Parts: sequence; structure tokens; C-alpha cells
Amino acid sequence: MLRFAISRLVSLGLSLIVASLVIFAVIEGVPGDPAAFMLGLNADPAAVAALREELGLGGSLPARYLDWIGGMLRGDFGISYTYRVPVADLVAARLWVSLPLAAYALALSTAIAFPVGLIAAARRGTAVDAGIMGATQLGIAVPNFWFAMLLVLVFAIQLRLFSAGGFPGWDEGIWINVKALTLPAVALALPQASILARVMRSSVLETLGQDYIRTARAKGLTRRQAVFRHALRNAMIPVLTIIGLQFSFLLAGAIIIENVFFLPGLGRLIFQGITQRDLVVVESVVMLLVFAVITVNFLVDLAYAAVDPRLRRRR
Amino acid sequence: MSLLSVETLSLAIRAEPILRDVSFEIGAGEVFGLVGESGSGKSMTALALMQLLPDGARAEGAARFGGRDLLSLGERAMCGLRGNEIGMIFQEPMTALNPVQTVGDQVAETLIVHGAADRAGAAAAARDRLARVGLPAERFPLSRYPHELSGGQRQRVCIAMAVALRPKLLIADEPTTALDVTTQAQILDLLKGLVAEEGMSLMLITHDLAVVSGMADHVAVMQDGRIVEAAATETLFRRRAHPYTDRLFAATAHVPERHGAPRETPLLDVRGAVRDYALPGTRLFGAAPTFRAVDGVSFTLHAGESLGLVGESGCGKSTLTRAILGLEDLQGGRITLDGATVHAGRRMPATLRRKMQVVFQDPFGSFNPRHRVARLVAEPFHLLDHAPEDRDDRIAGALEAVGLSPADGARYIHEFSGGQRQRIAIARALIIRPKLIVLDEAVSALDVSIRAQILDLLADLQGRFGLSYLFISHDLTVVRAITDRVLVMKAGEIVEEGRTETVFDAPAHPYTRQLIAAAPAIPAHWTEDRHGTG
Repeated sequence: MLRFAISRLVSLGLSLIVASLVIFAVIEGVPGDPAAFMLGLNADPAAVAALREELGLGGSLPARYLDWIGGMLRGDFGISYTYRVPVADLVAARLWVSLPLAAYALALSTAIAFPVGLIAAARRGTAVDAGIMGATQLGIAVPNFWFAMLLVLVFAIQLRLFSAGGFPGWDEGIWINVKALTLPAVALALPQASILARVMRSSVLETLGQDYIRTARAKGLTRRQAVFRHALRNAMIPVLTIIGLQFSFLLAGAIIIENVFFLPGLGRLIFQGITQRDLVVVESVVMLLVFAVITVNFLVDLAYAAVDPRLRRRR
Repeated sequence: MSLLSVETLSLAIRAEPILRDVSFEIGAGEVFGLVGESGSGKSMTALALMQLLPDGARAEGAARFGGRDLLSLGERAMCGLRGNEIGMIFQEPMTALNPVQTVGDQVAETLIVHGAADRAGAAAAARDRLARVGLPAERFPLSRYPHELSGGQRQRVCIAMAVALRPKLLIADEPTTALDVTTQAQILDLLKGLVAEEGMSLMLITHDLAVVSGMADHVAVMQDGRIVEAAATETLFRRRAHPYTDRLFAATAHVPERHGAPRETPLLDVRGAVRDYALPGTRLFGAAPTFRAVDGVSFTLHAGESLGLVGESGCGKSTLTRAILGLEDLQGGRITLDGATVHAGRRMPATLRRKMQVVFQDPFGSFNPRHRVARLVAEPFHLLDHAPEDRDDRIAGALEAVGLSPADGARYIHEFSGGQRQRIAIARALIIRPKLIVLDEAVSALDVSIRAQILDLLADLQGRFGLSYLFISHDLTVVRAITDRVLVMKAGEIVEEGRTETVFDAPAHPYTRQLIAAAPAIPAHWTEDRHGTG
């Protein structure tokens, strides 16, 4: 198991190096002057020269790459051109919104999807199953911003249980922030839970058809015991894969929901960075997201191994 | 007084009748054999007794077991009975165990779900039962996972699980069909021993008459959901009152009539073939250890000859086959076909490849389900320099040669039975008139009566087209019936080679003797008297 973890860790490191090279090459290595690009078409040549100086574009490509990587390792992501603050501070502040939001949405989605998927599988072919399948179909089809606005209309405007948007900041206490994140998390979780429930259902159904379930029944286990003791753990592998993908998506892909609820999250940061041509911000945030995705994949790999003994000895 | 008495059991799945008026009795401590071909309803009979039938199945009749009727018991009562009073094992040990649970836990679970022991007690009992089935805890710790065990060992675990609570009846559904002959002999011995020691009754379901002849006290023969004949084993084997029983016997012992003799010209020549595999590395860096799957194998196959290659799973015969087919390269030695060297990959010219075709075991998995049969059969045409002008005629000819009609070319593969699919596979191999056809377990998945037909077909085609066969199989009976010479392979080496009759009648190598001894056989004097032909 330890060897498995180490070998996965090595491949994680290699993926990060490759990813950083690609990002660097795309943003800084492409033909054209990043400083001129950032300032737009009608920029004053003097301003461009000053920005070149500020961005340290004078040096050779390898030196600039090492500078960039070295800076990130020290926690120095450079200064944002548009905000005039260190990118590290900017990202940290946004991360404190996006990370809890993603975790919250994922927790909700998993908490809904597991039992729902399991019930649908156990009641395969019944009205319950058909109802669940229909509801999840709807959950995938409904645009989440529309669902978000619906939530705002009902829970913020009519019932006045939640605020319609905004984020008070963690200094104001935990509860008020959890409350502020609830409607966005629900809006984000709905399609994810629908997808996950369907994956869960088909995965459980597939394991229920396996020979070892028949063996378990021949041993005297009830249908329910066979599901919980033998089918569930075997059905987890595809479900874990989807959970890993969903977390990565939620971290950066929440931009529409962040906009609906006026949340200062990572998605909005990267969107603003792109529209304002702030390459320093874009480069850092993209690298950070790559890091998050690769780390999540690593954790999913470890989870696979924890679930399935056959994977622990894999070369 | 009988332990189980089945009376006029009938079964329908979604109104389609599966079983009709099946009646039999199993006495305490008795071994009852249920024999039949696939689809005859023997597994369904067992599942009906266990109430583990697929959805939509309706069973009628009665099955009295210890004063109760198994067919009318509720699910709760059945759960209390399954694994406790009736144990069951299945055909496929590779998939019958939960891959993510240790074998110790799985055996112990039988005791735990029936409340027969607490955790510690169940673990102790599991240790005891696993030792009884030949997996002592010193060598096979309870913490092993199924993937760390071989097929035979997994079947032992399944048996330990099924007999953990000393049931009165054990139902074994084709328990040894997926196993090698020597492993099969051991498992059958184990089952016999359990019956003798524990006074358990055994219901043995099998397609193999030889297996049943050595095990059962009583036998019933099933065909199309009915029992057509039932009697004490020896009586049934001697009498064969029902025509179907007789046909089954004839098919089992069938030896096809062969024409044409092998010529002296060598066709396939294998010299000192070595094939190494890289094993999963134990260290992060450094050379991975290797496993020698084929170790210095040499033999010659002559034109028009039928050469058998027998050996148990893992002996290297499949690896050797892939090298011969030019699918994988050798690490040492040389393979020549008709004078030209066989290499893997692009370097093997189409002119060489077209001299050799293959038929695989699985008649279900070796065809693209979305292509029509004509296109499937015509696949080897890409080995020719240009498409033949008489393409359609040749497809029709190939289909006719294997006993199908040219019109079958317009159909899809799922419309055919297993035996017909194997005929199509042979037609595909035949269409570019190769010199050599490699038959890799080509009849192993077929029922005996279908197998007899395919063997006849192969013998006929060999005579007509002067084909050579390399016949790879674990089934000694089949190899004996169709080959001129035979090679016996063990642990990557050929341990014995010779004329088929010689090797079977007077095996020289201890391993060959062991293989032949392990192969179940119907006692000769049971079959000789009735029809004179045997």
C-alpha cells in the first residue's frame, strides 16, 4: 500500500512539472509580447516597456520559468497588474470562498446521490425507480443558474430564510457564512447529485449481477445484506471516479453560480483576469487549479486502493 | 427415507416453459448426478430448489426437504435454510468470490449470518473449514484476498463457505468445469470425502458423463427441461434406455472418421522457442524480474498433420500459440512457417500470414456483433494482394463448406447458436485456404453433441483441403480423437512428444501419466456390452 502511494506520488510530481511547462509555454512562450498584449492595441510604448520591466520579461525563457516556479514554491505568485496586490493574497481570499463552497456542494451531492442511487437500484423497474430516474434526468437538464434564481426567489425573497447573495467573510462568524453558501451549494449540487445518483444506480446494478452476489445469497444472506455487505463496496470504484471529477469541476466551474450570488470566488477571479488581460493572475490561478485537480486525482487513486485490494499491488 | 424429494417441478420464465414435471429423490448421504447439455434446465432445477431464480420465474410442484416444501417457503425461511441446511457452489470460481473481502471473512460470514457463532468463533471455524478443504492457515492465511488464489483454491474456498455449517445437502453446479484435469480430480476427491465424512448428500450437476460416472450413486439425464432417464449410475450407463442418453454417450466418445495421411514435408518448425514476460517490479527502479513462460520448445508440424498440444492452464501453451501466430516476439529461438521466419508485428508479410489462420475458444466474443456474417467471414481477404474477383462466391463456398447456407451471410452473429458460430469461425479461417489452422481450445466451450459435429467437420475439411491443424486443448479426450501426434507441455517445456495412441496408451513421462490418470473416465466395462460399438 505504501509503495502504491509513493509511486502515485511520483507520478503526481511528474504531472505537475509537465503541466507547469505547458502553462508557461502557452502564456509566456507564445510569439508576441505579453506586456503589449496586456496593455492592448493603443498602448503607450513607454508603458509597455515599464510593464516589461515589471514582469521581468527581459531574461531568457528557462530563467523566467525557474523564477516563476521558484516564486510559487515560496508563495510568491507575483503582483496582479490590474489589482496592484500580490496574486497570492488575491487567490488565498478567493480560495476561502471557493474551497468551502465546492466541499459543501460535493457533500450535499454525495449525501443525496448515495441513498437515491441505491434505492433506485434496489427497486429496479418499479415506479420508485422510474420516478428517481425521471427526477435525475430533470436535475441534469435544468440549467443551474435558473435553478439558483428559483432558490433565491423562494428562500430569499419569499421566505426570507437566506440572503439573496454576497459573502460576509469568515471574520463575521462561521454560521452566517455557511448560511450564505447554502443556496449556491444547493444550486451547484443539484446537477452533480443527479449525475452521481445515476452512476451509483448503474454501478450497483452491475455489481448485483455479479456471481459473488449469487454466492452470498446461496450462503443465506438476505437481498439487503447482499447489497450492503458485498455490492456496495464493489460499486464504489466508478462512483469515486465521478466524485473526483466533480470536485475539480466545482472548484473552478462555479463561475455562473458565483455571479448569481455575488460570491468572490476563484471562478470570478479567473474570469476577471481573462477579460482584463491580467496574465499574471491567469497563469497563477490556472496552475493552482491544475495542482488541485492532480491532487484530487491522487486522493481518488488512494481511495481506489483502499476499496480494492487488487489495486494495491499494481506496479 | 429420502432427504429431498422433488415432485413434478415445473418452471416457466415469463410464460416460457423451462422445466416440465421434473421429479427425483436424493437419499441421505447419497450423491445424485444431474446430467444434460446447456439449456437442458439442470441449473434452473437447482436454483428453483434454492429459490434463487431470476425475476419473472414461476415454479410449480413440490420439493420436500425435511418435512417442508422448499417451493412454498417464504423468503425469510429460505434465508435461514440457504447456507445452513443446503449449501451451493457454482461453476466459475474466478468470479464467485467477492474480490474486496478476505477469504477468511467470506467463510466466516456463513456462520455469522446464521447466528451460529460470534466473530471470534466464526473466524476459528473458518480456519478449521479452510484447513479441511485443503487450505491450511499456515500456508493460506485467512487474510488472503481471492485474487491471490488460483481457480482451484478459490473453488476450495467456495466449498468451505458452502459446508461451513455442515449442511445436509450440497448442490454443486458444474463445480469443476472451469478447472484443469488434475485440479478437477482433487476437487472431486474433496467432495467425495466430505460426503463420506459428514454424511452430507450431494447433488452434482454436470455436462460430463465421465465425472458423474465416478461420483454419483444415482443419475438423471435431462433434455429440454425434462428428465428423460433416471437410474442407479451403473444401470443407467449400461442400459441407456432413452435414445437421447444413448446419443449423449455416443457423442462423448465420438471419434471422427479421418481421411488423408500426413506428408513428410515440414510445415511449421519451432526451434528452441523462449518467451519471457516482465513481472511487476518489486523495486521502483532497476530491471523488472522476468517469468519464462515458454522455455526452449522445439517441434515440427508436417503438412496435412494434426498435432495436439495439451497442458494445464499456465503451462505456456497460449503464450506459445501467440508466438506461432506472430502476435508476440520470442526472446530466443526461431519459428518458421513453410520455410519463412515468423516475426511479430508489421515485419510479418501478408504472404506469410495468409498461410495460417486461427479459431479461438469463445464463439461469442470473437466476432464483431455489428458486422454481417459475410463481412466477418471475408475478413482475411485483406491479407491478399488484391480483393478476389469471385468474392461472393468464395464467401458462399466457405459457408457451405462448414455446413451453413450462403444466405446466412446476410445475418448477424447473434442470430446463431454457439456451435454455428464456431462453424462461422472455421469458415473465416478457411476462406483464404491457409495451410495451417491453429485451433485454440476451439471445441472446449461446446456441448458434447455439437462438439462431435465440429470434430467431424474438422476431419472432413482436413481431408478435402489438405489442411494441417495445431490443436491446442486441455481436453485429453478430444485431442485423442482428432490428432496424429501429441505434445505434452508443462511449465513452459514439452515433456513428452509422440504418436497420439502411444502417448495415451503408454505414457512415458510421469506428468503425462498424472494427466491421464486424473482425467475422469467412464469404466470401460460399463459401456462395452450394449451396442457393441461403445
